[in-house]
Amino acid sequence: MDAIILQILNGLDKGSAYALIALGLTLIFGTLGVVNFAHGAIFMLGAFCAVTLSKIFSISYQTIDETQTDFLGNPLKIETPYVEHWFGPEMGSALIDWSVPLAILFSIPIMISIGVIMERGLIKHFYKRPHADQILVTFGLAIVLQEVIKYYFGANPIPTPAPDVFRGSFDFSPMLGFEANSVIYPIWRLIYFAFSALIIGAVFAFLQFTTFGMVVRAGMADRETVGLLGINIDRKFTIMFGIAAAVAGLAGVMYAPINAPNYHMGMDFLVLSFVVVVVGGMGSLPGAVAAGFLLGILESFASTTWATTTIPGINQIIIYLVAIIILLTRPRGLMGKKGVMED
Amino acid sequence: MLGLNKRDFTLLLIVVALAMLAPFLLNPFPEGSAMAQFNAGYPDLMQKFVIYGIFAIGFNILFGLTGYLSFGHAAFLGVGSYSCVWMFKLLGYNVMPGILLSILTSGIFAYLIGVVSLRRSGIYFSILTLAFAQMSFALAYSVLSNPKFNLTNGETGLQVYSNDPQWLHSADKPDLPHLFGLSMRATHEMQLGAWQFQFNVGYYLCAIIMVLAFYLSIRIFRSPFGMMLRAVKSNNTRMYYTGLNARPYTLAAFVISGMYAGLAGGLLSAVDPLAGAERMQWTASGEVVLMTILGGTGTLIGPVLGSGLIKYFENIFSKINDSVLHSWFSFLPDGMEDFMVTIVHPFVGKGWHLTLGVLFMLIVIFLPGGLVQGGQKIRGLFTGRTEAEQAQADANQSTPAE
Repeated sequence: MDAIILQILNGLDKGSAYALIALGLTLIFGTLGVVNFAHGAIFMLGAFCAVTLSKIFSISYQTIDETQTDFLGNPLKIETPYVEHWFGPEMGSALIDWSVPLAILFSIPIMISIGVIMERGLIKHFYKRPHADQILVTFGLAIVLQEVIKYYFGANPIPTPAPDVFRGSFDFSPMLGFEANSVIYPIWRLIYFAFSALIIGAVFAFLQFTTFGMVVRAGMADRETVGLLGINIDRKFTIMFGIAAAVAGLAGVMYAPINAPNYHMGMDFLVLSFVVVVVGGMGSLPGAVAAGFLLGILESFASTTWATTTIPGINQIIIYLVAIIILLTRPRGLMGKKGVMED
Repeated sequence: MLGLNKRDFTLLLIVVALAMLAPFLLNPFPEGSAMAQFNAGYPDLMQKFVIYGIFAIGFNILFGLTGYLSFGHAAFLGVGSYSCVWMFKLLGYNVMPGILLSILTSGIFAYLIGVVSLRRSGIYFSILTLAFAQMSFALAYSVLSNPKFNLTNGETGLQVYSNDPQWLHSADKPDLPHLFGLSMRATHEMQLGAWQFQFNVGYYLCAIIMVLAFYLSIRIFRSPFGMMLRAVKSNNTRMYYTGLNARPYTLAAFVISGMYAGLAGGLLSAVDPLAGAERMQWTASGEVVLMTILGGTGTLIGPVLGSGLIKYFENIFSKINDSVLHSWFSFLPDGMEDFMVTIVHPFVGKGWHLTLGVLFMLIVIFLPGGLVQGGQKIRGLFTGRTEAEQAQADANQSTPAE
């Protein structure tokens, strides 16, 4: 029993990332009808927002301390980050420590503007082109974005730690009545899960309870009629693209401490997220979220020693296997609606 | 001639000439000159041109004719490579059985994947093929290389070891891939003034196979079968209503293009007997899509041009470094020189992928028909005819012969 709970917990963090990216993909697909292969790259850009902020905070100047010497006998050079100089040592080190959570604030406007620029500058011209062209141009864009990141940040993963308070693990066992240390789970991953649940909730609430969201939903159902009612639906959809980019970006920011970001992390997630979207049902938001968590948890169950000894390699193919089975038995995915992406 | 009309036969002759004279054509600059780094006439690169040409020609039969965008074609390339190396391990270094087996296994593999994937179309088809390819990659990389059942040799890559059986190997045969005793590495060098030309057995084998593959693809494009595939692309539903089942046709196209990919994989192993799992990764599938689009989807010559161009860029662009850049811009004043070098720097050397991405986006945005469409546009400028008129003229020309 404790093992099962542990595996579910393990699946949650990856599942959250899948769910957030898939949610953004579905939003873009549902509103604009565009298959966005650059969405993984947006996730990656989000993670690099966190990297950038922590790098900016740790820009430092050197002072020479004449009283101390290093092992070569030269005067000791002390690096002091500028933030410590400006805000005092305590505040400064706290800022550096909290750079990942702070990057959330910093990344929202950046990601929304990246999304809007992408939509207005490029994707706008592809609405009337076939899906194959949309896939190809966004695929090209994804290559460009990741190569730019590679140029500036290098090809190696850059570790970006979470704040000290959130390091370490949380022991669930006493709460659930098992013996101590049988169900332990890193705190940051818990936070990641809570954070994604919050974002998913916020996106759904936004669509459900605001006038803007209502118009967007109406536009998803029947774009032409909404346009005829005198609403500038294109602008609303552009903003939705920005929001979708922000969702993926935030998923990336918070994911940075879990896996050190590197330039191709987006592509790795993109392939899986597309599988998630298709399993959930093209165009269905709840489907995308449910499928994201479902596949994340399945993946973690498949990684247990029991599963890998029974069927070797199952942990690496489970998601694709499930996707193939679902696509063949339920062609529209778990919660897909009729008439979406059907020729 | 050969069952082709005049235009197609001319095209075939051009391809034959290009393939046979490549060692001359790709070495236009004399040895030791500043431009010599742009020469592409060395065996390794020329082999890649034609092998990836085969891969892209095959992909074009599926994507160009039926419009089904497969994102998992690299799986067949990988299967082909592995089969060929296995033939080396079991039978010996003769490339013929290896190449034949790689076509066969990839054909079977493509049939199995095709039967399942072709039940869906559009993006679902792309995702299904991608899923299958990623599965094959994951399996080849890890599980199929366990000590009990080592089919792929995992990360190291499959290669021939001295304790392999090699039943047909005899002492007089070279200890490298060979064609009935003729080593694939054998190169005849010809010194002609300041120029040096290399004629490589491996290259010519691949080139001849490429020409055959190209001929076959022309025949497929012009056959009633090819017409049927085009019908699938233009209107699948209408085809069903006229009482035709499109599935067998698309499946046949999928298997044929899978066999082309397998052939390319087999040849890759034939010129370099080491097959790694990364050949199956989805980036490799993406690459063949790029090649086809860049050259021109659905055209005959497009994929060959596209693969040649991408492989050329990959090799030449990645060789250019800062000192080369400095020598190029040395005619500029100092400040300008550094400035230009800084601007160009991200696009060359290790950054050639960036150039590729930008180029690819430009092509998709402005020239959806690829280089071939670009060529037609330029021709249109000179003859004063629009593309549509030209296409019409081309169609008229080809109708009587068919």
